[in-house]
Amino acid sequence: MPLSDPSETERILNICAACMYCDGLCPVFPALTGRDDDIAHLANLCHNCRACWYACQYAPPHPFAVNAPAALSRARRQTYADHVWPRILRHGFVQPWLGAGAMLAATLLTFVVLVVAGAPLAPGSGAFYAVIPWGWMAGLATGALVWAGLSLVVSTLRYWRAIAAGPKPVPLSAALRRALSDIVTLRHLDGGGPGCHESQPFSRRRKWFHQAMAGGVMLAFAATLVAAGFEHFFGAQPPFPLASWPVLLGLFGGAGIVVGAAGLLVGEARMDRAPSDAGESQLNVSFLIALELVALSGLALLALRDTPAMGPLLLAHLSLVVGFFVGLPASKAIHAPFRAAALLRAARNEKPKTRSPAEL
Amino acid sequence: MSAPEDIANNVRMEGVLVIGGGFAGLCAAIEARRRGAAVLLAESAPPALRGGHARHARNFRIAHEAPLWHTPGAYPPAEFEADLARISDGGDAVLRRVLIAESAGIAAWLEGCGVRLQAPDVGVLPFSRRTAFLLGGGKAMINALYATAERLGVGVLYDSDIVALAPAPEGGWAVEIAAGAARCRVTARAVVVASGGPGADPAWLRAHFGPNADRVLIRGGAHSNGRLMQKLIESGAGAAGDPASCHMVAVDGRGPEVDGGIVTRITAIPHGLVVDRHGGRVEIIGAAPGKAHYAQWGQRIAQCPQGEASLILDAEGVARSLPSALPPIRRPSLEALAAALEIDAAALAGAVEAFNFDAPRPIVRAPFAAFPMRAGLTFVHFGLAVDADMRLAPNLFAAGMITAPNFFTRSYLAGLGLTLSAVTGRRAGEAAARALV
Repeated sequence: MPLSDPSETERILNICAACMYCDGLCPVFPALTGRDDDIAHLANLCHNCRACWYACQYAPPHPFAVNAPAALSRARRQTYADHVWPRILRHGFVQPWLGAGAMLAATLLTFVVLVVAGAPLAPGSGAFYAVIPWGWMAGLATGALVWAGLSLVVSTLRYWRAIAAGPKPVPLSAALRRALSDIVTLRHLDGGGPGCHESQPFSRRRKWFHQAMAGGVMLAFAATLVAAGFEHFFGAQPPFPLASWPVLLGLFGGAGIVVGAAGLLVGEARMDRAPSDAGESQLNVSFLIALELVALSGLALLALRDTPAMGPLLLAHLSLVVGFFVGLPASKAIHAPFRAAALLRAARNEKPKTRSPAEL
Repeated sequence: MSAPEDIANNVRMEGVLVIGGGFAGLCAAIEARRRGAAVLLAESAPPALRGGHARHARNFRIAHEAPLWHTPGAYPPAEFEADLARISDGGDAVLRRVLIAESAGIAAWLEGCGVRLQAPDVGVLPFSRRTAFLLGGGKAMINALYATAERLGVGVLYDSDIVALAPAPEGGWAVEIAAGAARCRVTARAVVVASGGPGADPAWLRAHFGPNADRVLIRGGAHSNGRLMQKLIESGAGAAGDPASCHMVAVDGRGPEVDGGIVTRITAIPHGLVVDRHGGRVEIIGAAPGKAHYAQWGQRIAQCPQGEASLILDAEGVARSLPSALPPIRRPSLEALAAALEIDAAALAGAVEAFNFDAPRPIVRAPFAAFPMRAGLTFVHFGLAVDADMRLAPNLFAAGMITAPNFFTRSYLAGLGLTLSAVTGRRAGEAAARALV
């Protein structure tokens, strides 16, 4: 059964195209005037700022019952289910709890495997590799990461092929710059200026929390790479001193994730449900909780690494990291490359033509 | 009308009661509150439908001598005055000059109330040197104004019906308000009536627009019914305008009975042929296919049998048309289209043949398409006579479209409704606050 009813989305977007009062809020509405109105593209171009919901003269109780954010949210989840690879992962978007369940199961399984393989549950402190041998740690983490990266790349290429047809008058290099700037600034989360709506009044909170979290993920990733470099080139062994690059990057990254994800979770709790798709909210919440657990366990490990709690905490953190990456391809994480693809697609188009004058 | 003892709540306020939570009422309430008055705003709609006709508005007309960040070019007051004079038979030239002079301050005032405007290089709408565009449209503006009014301490009463309004023995005005099952009597020192003209009152339409009145669709909200205006006229307030003159456009006959707003407008008439329900061609003699064609077609369709007509297009006509909210009825042949419209097939074929004889773009390419049309009423050119302070009687003021016939009496100019509501609303609010001192 489709997640999103294309004829209902079409009905709503027809009304939006005839109205066009929201053409200054985000690029979704101007795109409706050209022939560049493929729903799979628009669904991910929409950043769910909901400015159009509060501005809509045809929102319920009007008989037209226009709810563009909810329709586009459902269509967005449909694009995840339609293009994710391997195909079996589509169930994770049809039933969002399945994706969360997969993360949890992978976490528990990793934990059990590590314990069975001989990782001491007993308290210990000092060298990480005394708790979990290097081969196990590197093998599990790399395997999970490669799986997640491969799946996300293939899924995104499948989605890109679906939306990339049509004329592309803007050269790729210029479009890439514009798309990158749109990703970094999250410009389209501004509702045309004032900010986005968790609930009224609008604010930029969601944008700041999102970028704190996204920046945190990047710093944490950098910490891992730098740590691997230290080991490989300098033969250093973790744990590294507090004032070292891996620890500092990890500390700031972890803090960004903890604060950003917590802020986004609070936003989810306060958010107006009417312009939402319940399935998208479930994807958001389960992803944020999982990421929050990964970051908190990492920070706890850093704080308590010289105490007997280090051993169990290391086990827990590694299991959470592995579970997170195993479940990542069927999680909210997919929205990032899909939205980037939609922004690049939009950036390759020229500004839509202005309409002929009409009496108002 | 209830006897006073039935009324549970008797409120006496030393402030201003604003009746009508549309654009003019909000402007009056905010202006009066900023001048220190205690203000209560009574809106007849529930929160989701608040804001009157302004919910469907998009832009407002402003005089300006030089380009502004939101409105390019210039629209000198003299040009505005000439445009306004073309749609006014008589009327008050002094009031018109007030409107034009004060239109120049609306944009800055709205921005000070948290309302966002749209830059001309954003989006796809053609920019206009005569009007400023609201970012997100009228409802976004209305939301910002309610937020500002509430932050300033204006009390807002939703779902409120005005049952009676009369001079209070102790001075000021006694207003009986029904909000659901609850009743209250508010005695206010000054009252601003900004509750709109009679657009959405079926009884009014039947009385003034003849047998096809029931076939007319209302483009504004169901709550802008003008009943308080009628009560005031019955109790002696001066009327302005012509009760049988209104602004009507061609709208999709499948649209809602009320509240259709902007999107049900049929914009494709220049691309096809209009026929009535008998298949006879409908024309407007001497019509130029210019910008005002919507307004001419509204009146014309209202005069057709049963107040309806159909726009017939071929595939190319559809391709040339702007997007429509409701897709046209499409059929592979003209016969099938006639059947879908319940029009005699031979009559339709004859009308199309006659049309194709001299049409620059004949109707020939299948699939054929049709929009069923009815007249959509925007507003009636009738209201209350006011002076330059928007005064109806001592301490009683009017604002908004209820005062429109003081400024113009025929047709319409894009963006004029909001401009008129802002100027009259602010003036009425200011005058009401002054009346308290």
